[in-house]
Amino acid sequence: MAKKIDESQVRQVAKLSRLDLTDDEVARFSIELSAIVEYIEKLNELDVDSVEPLAHCLPIGNVFRADEIRPSLDTEAALSNAPQRHDEYFKVPKILDDNSGA
Amino acid sequence: MSELEYKIVVGLEIHVHLATRTKMFCGCELAYGEQANTRVCPVCIGMPGVLPVMNKKAFEYSVLTALALNCNISSFTKWDRKSYYYPDLPKNYQISQYDLPFSEHGHIEIPLEDGRTKRIGIIRAHLEEDAGKNIHTLGNFSAIDLNRAGTPLLEIVTEPDMNSAAEVRTLATQLQRIVRYLGVSEADMQKGHMRFEPNINLHITKDGTLYKTSISEVKNLNSFRAIERSVAYEADRQLDEFLETGATMKMGNKRTYGWDDENQCTVLQREKEEAHGYRYFPEPDLVPVEMNEKWLAEIKSRLCELPLQMQTRFAGEYKLSDYDAGVLTADRSTAEFFDRAVKAGGDAKRLCNIITQTGLKIANVKGCTVAELPITAEALAKLAQMVEAGEISPSASAAIFEDMVNTQKTPDTIVREKNLIQKNDAGEIEAMVDEVIAANPKAVADATSGGKKSKKAIGFLMGQVMQKSRGQASPKVVSAILSKKLG
Repeated sequence: MAKKIDESQVRQVAKLSRLDLTDDEVARFSIELSAIVEYIEKLNELDVDSVEPLAHCLPIGNVFRADEIRPSLDTEAALSNAPQRHDEYFKVPKILDDNSGA
Repeated sequence: MSELEYKIVVGLEIHVHLATRTKMFCGCELAYGEQANTRVCPVCIGMPGVLPVMNKKAFEYSVLTALALNCNISSFTKWDRKSYYYPDLPKNYQISQYDLPFSEHGHIEIPLEDGRTKRIGIIRAHLEEDAGKNIHTLGNFSAIDLNRAGTPLLEIVTEPDMNSAAEVRTLATQLQRIVRYLGVSEADMQKGHMRFEPNINLHITKDGTLYKTSISEVKNLNSFRAIERSVAYEADRQLDEFLETGATMKMGNKRTYGWDDENQCTVLQREKEEAHGYRYFPEPDLVPVEMNEKWLAEIKSRLCELPLQMQTRFAGEYKLSDYDAGVLTADRSTAEFFDRAVKAGGDAKRLCNIITQTGLKIANVKGCTVAELPITAEALAKLAQMVEAGEISPSASAAIFEDMVNTQKTPDTIVREKNLIQKNDAGEIEAMVDEVIAANPKAVADATSGGKKSKKAIGFLMGQVMQKSRGQASPKVVSAILSKKLG
């Protein structure tokens, strides 16, 4: 049987996730991810035709906060976990395919 | 040459920053131009274990805008995660809305040059969060400022219903006016409060066959002029490309261009040959929003008369030109101030002139709107009435307006104090005319000669009378008496 997640899919997901995988890792993740998907597929055996789709597991909605300013973090604290910084900025490797602006 | 016709087809994707005080899912203050990373917290910098909580005002602002765009408001809406691996949104996903947006199926009317309006469909409007800012000035590195990350962002997607660059620009300006009227966004394009991304292609009919060129999405447009020019440029470029290569649209070969404002052209950024791996999935950290009738009615009650309705009403009811009505309705408070002054009894055309020629100038100098000047609509109506009645000259009204602003006195007080009452007394004016005629025999001779010099000489005599009256004589009365005297 063909694997659920083949190596090209692993490479695609790795690319989108900015992960640099070795060939060995690609092969290993293909097997491991396929096993996970196969396991989850057991759920397909359930008959859910008469079950309403669920948007959220909690039976509540409309949880809001008022538009009130709360203190932000101190810049030093915000940057304290950053591997690299430049003045008060986070410093990261140059972004080539810049898709910023969502 | 073969017969060729083409139609430009444009849809817009619009992002609007909402003018709330805080971010979408945390209490960090929204601030522009602040020092980097001073408006950040564990939620918006994506620390593990934190929980986002919805900003109620942002949601209500979004619903209000969607109502103004004639959209259906969903009774049930939820949040989704959109996978996004860029450092300007460090959670590695953007909270957005995928299959159940809070609103869909609306439309916006835009005015056309010929005075008619055109209806542009709105596919959907949904709420999401903005990313931070990448700054590329560090060579092999980028600097990240997350102050903007998490700003409430309303995304509006139109149908591809626009068929010219001018229509695209008109829609953009209308939408800016609408969100400003509603008070939901400052909508300053330069500051990035409002971003427009046109999707452009051509429908070409050649020898009876229809061809469609591939769609270009243009980014990086930060002025209305850039929007209009980029659409015109892309249309020309696509036509050239089609004539040269015959290439047409294939599934999914949408291309992204950036607008180069300096060189006034579009630059290819990337081809979307592979489907984006956004891998949406439901956001487990946020509960859905259910809209009930009472809440919806409450939000609806905050709607106001929209700019195009007001412009059309001013043109129709007050007999103003489309241009004047457009100038007055560019800003809601100015439009409402004008409207109040007309309702207080001022002549509409006269008030329009006073506001657009003098009021806007004074307001500009003071750095505020006309409505924010320390004068009432009633006082301005009175000023207009005095001009209409011939009590003061239109030219004197500008100086009186300025005095009203500076002294907060009523126009009648200023006119009395400064002795600016226009003289209509025919007897008094006639005496001045007689004096001028007696003192200027040469000009009188020229004026009555009927030759080329006549017009100039009459103007000169007229000026002499006005000077004698220190500008207070009614020009209409002077002119009538003068022409009678000169036969």
